[in-house]
Amino acid sequence: MTKKRKKGRIVIDRELCKGCYLCVSVCPDQLIGVSDSLNQKGYYPAEFKGNNTGEEERGCTGCATCAITCPDVAIEVYRE
Amino acid sequence: MAKKVFERPKYLKKSVFHYCPGCGHSIIHRLVAELLDELDIGKKAICVPPAGCAVLAYNYLDVDMGEAPHGRGAAVATGLKRTLPDKIVFTYQGDGDIAAIGTAETIHAANRGENITVIFVNNGVYGMTGGQMAPTTLEGQNSTTTPGGRDPARDGSPLDLSQMLAIAKGSVYIERTAVNSPKNIRRTKRAIKKAFKVQMAGLGFSLVEVLSPCPTNWKMTPVDAAKWVEEHVTKIFPLKVIKDKAGKVT
Repeated sequence: MTKKRKKGRIVIDRELCKGCYLCVSVCPDQLIGVSDSLNQKGYYPAEFKGNNTGEEERGCTGCATCAITCPDVAIEVYRE
Repeated sequence: MAKKVFERPKYLKKSVFHYCPGCGHSIIHRLVAELLDELDIGKKAICVPPAGCAVLAYNYLDVDMGEAPHGRGAAVATGLKRTLPDKIVFTYQGDGDIAAIGTAETIHAANRGENITVIFVNNGVYGMTGGQMAPTTLEGQNSTTTPGGRDPARDGSPLDLSQMLAIAKGSVYIERTAVNSPKNIRRTKRAIKKAFKVQMAGLGFSLVEVLSPCPTNWKMTPVDAAKWVEEHVTKIFPLKVIKDKAGKVT
């Protein structure tokens, strides 16, 4: 049995995001993607792809690496 | 019940940064705001913002501000700290501001050992005016005033200001870090924390040079700019503690 990982989730503020995608590049589990609709500023914001991948290993752990990297403080992190 | 582990710091106002996507300034602003809260110095901190992209720092950091003329941050901070010695005074300056226009003020403030903290954001260009060559531009790096790359024979070589300031007797703590990766961002936060602590302990001049990407003026995507810092800028400006006379400060 594999060790149970911490469960977490993030909330990205669509309107604060400027689409630099640094969070996409640093997420250790590639759980952040790009939205296919524009925000009011005209950027395609980053989007949390969620934990519903069905695979235990692939879920968000709430490590906050994305939030630390986000220049626009658009990400909030929650951990159980 | 999920616990919130990361949110907007208390000393960062709820306004949207005017910085370009992927700019290092906004990351450094956030680190400063987090530290003001952690060290509990937000109520007695005075920031001296520069001329440059970060001139509007007073729209973001919720502390007292005293705007300085271009490059004269260290001189203004000297005056503030001498008249209000119980305040925590820090300047926030870019490379064009501190390494070109304000070189004299900065060197003499360090040499006098003024008890201030300087946050020196080095992105290698004059960002606000549109990407002209700064003293810290790398050899061969394109800028609007060095098309085809900076030529050392014509334009000189990159200026290592932190190393210069380390020679000054009054400087106590000087470190160079970067904000191009999560690891380096954490390291930058530790460095700025130590710089503030050096000032709180009354030891003297502290400076943290932060290598920051400028995707817009480097004409790169933010992700590429972060890589470029790693591959090129840190080769000329290696990340290290340049001077530490303070040792362990609590």
